[in-house]
Amino acid sequence: MAEPVIEVRDLVRKFGHRTVLNGITFTVEKGDTMIIMGGSGCGKSTLLRHIIGSLRPTSGSIKIFGRETATMTPDEMDKLRQRFGMNFQFGALLQSLTVGQNVALPLMENSNVDAGIIDLVVKMKLELVGLTGFENLKPAEISGGMRKRVGLARAVALDPELLFSDEPTSGLDPIMTAVIDQLTLDLTRKLDMTAVVVTHDMTSAFRIGTKMIMLGAGKRAGTIIAFGTPDEVRNHPDPEVQQFIKGEPDGPVPLKLAPEDYIESLLGRERSKGVNY
Amino acid sequence: MADLRNFFVLNAQILYWIFLAPFQGKRLVSLSQTFHHMVRIGVQAVPMAALTSFSIGLTLAMNGAHELARMGATSYVPDLVSMSILRELGPLLVGVVVIGRSGSAITAELGTMKVSEEIEALEVMAINPIRFLVVPRFLAMLVMLPVLTVFGNYIGFVGGWSICHFALNMDTNAYILRLISSAHPIDLYSGVIKSFVFAWLIATISSQAGLQVTGGAEGVGQSTTGSVVVSIIAMLVANALLTGFFFFALPTGS
Repeated sequence: MAEPVIEVRDLVRKFGHRTVLNGITFTVEKGDTMIIMGGSGCGKSTLLRHIIGSLRPTSGSIKIFGRETATMTPDEMDKLRQRFGMNFQFGALLQSLTVGQNVALPLMENSNVDAGIIDLVVKMKLELVGLTGFENLKPAEISGGMRKRVGLARAVALDPELLFSDEPTSGLDPIMTAVIDQLTLDLTRKLDMTAVVVTHDMTSAFRIGTKMIMLGAGKRAGTIIAFGTPDEVRNHPDPEVQQFIKGEPDGPVPLKLAPEDYIESLLGRERSKGVNY
Repeated sequence: MADLRNFFVLNAQILYWIFLAPFQGKRLVSLSQTFHHMVRIGVQAVPMAALTSFSIGLTLAMNGAHELARMGATSYVPDLVSMSILRELGPLLVGVVVIGRSGSAITAELGTMKVSEEIEALEVMAINPIRFLVVPRFLAMLVMLPVLTVFGNYIGFVGGWSICHFALNMDTNAYILRLISSAHPIDLYSGVIKSFVFAWLIATISSQAGLQVTGGAEGVGQSTTGSVVVSIIAMLVANALLTGFFFFALPTGS
């Protein structure tokens, strides 16, 4: 029986009056690759930010390695964070450092290995993401896709037990997408790393995922509408899930506003009353 | 009000990372980073600080020569130059130069890092952004602003000398002797202490403004403008208070 690495219970987050996450509950077990799917703006990244402790929930609980994060002191949080790596959507590299220094940063700051070994590890991690020879360039001098890969190399620099990835393959070419997917697979299957990946790239989601959740849109925004293994999600009866997986323009998530709503949004409620369609 | 509270929290955090954290087995503030910022804040500001101080020394001597000539007291021009520069204008002008060059840069850098998720990334990597980003800049400022001030003082004297020597035909030796005999140690010390206080204010105000940026490039611009304005006002107010303290409250004041 695998132990739960992440347990999220009834997570609710409100920004002002807007409820972005509304009662999220799920569990990630050791060795799983959990895919979080959903349309743009449905709260995927917000959910991830709560799990890594950047944002605090309005209510509900998040446990990582069996420990509640909301009540942790900053020191305990730092200890926990050394056990996981986070790959940001746009890399979030430090612009003032070179690519190599960025990858070396977690090693220099959070471990006591000497410079020669750090150098070696940096080269190995950059080789993993296909960026050997780019150590001395600044993040501004490489492309967006390369920055993302450097971000991934930095996330795995300390060989974390838990890897978070925010859209690791968006903006990458198909070959590089496959390389990153294969890398995630290697890390999770061979090294038993647990991964949580936010993506809306369906090919890559079904390639690497062992569990999936999907967040709803519209009326069901901020709730989980599908949960299960890739096969269960692929055969899910919910039409919104099917629309999303197959990438159809119209369905339960409408392409455009209904004509009445459209007129109203253009003219305002009062003036739109007398309009004939 | 929340800004003011955050400002004091930031001050407390900076002091914690400098004085307390080393005794709790935490990672030390990076010396190489501190030196890096010392070069940027101090060494690279030398030409600008020199030009500003030279021109103000020049101006003071010209004004003084014009007024004192009417009383036939042009030999007091060095006194005027040394007093004004050591006590007030040296620290203030170098402070303004550093606010314009480095204070704004600190806000813009930290603000850009904030909006591009770099600061969040540091936190997630368990690297404290205050220790990693703010404290090196703070320490560099605290060391380099007084150093620049003393340097600026000397250049200001050279500016005064050039008027005294070329326009008033004063002997160089006489100028130097006059300068030395008229300046009291407290004039120099008060100026240097002032520049310490200015450095503290500039570093903390700029860092605070940078760390609280929201809303993309526009937010960075607004915060940078705000930090320059607030730094200058805070520096002038602190200057007035310190002048009052040194030359009225202290019994040894001349």
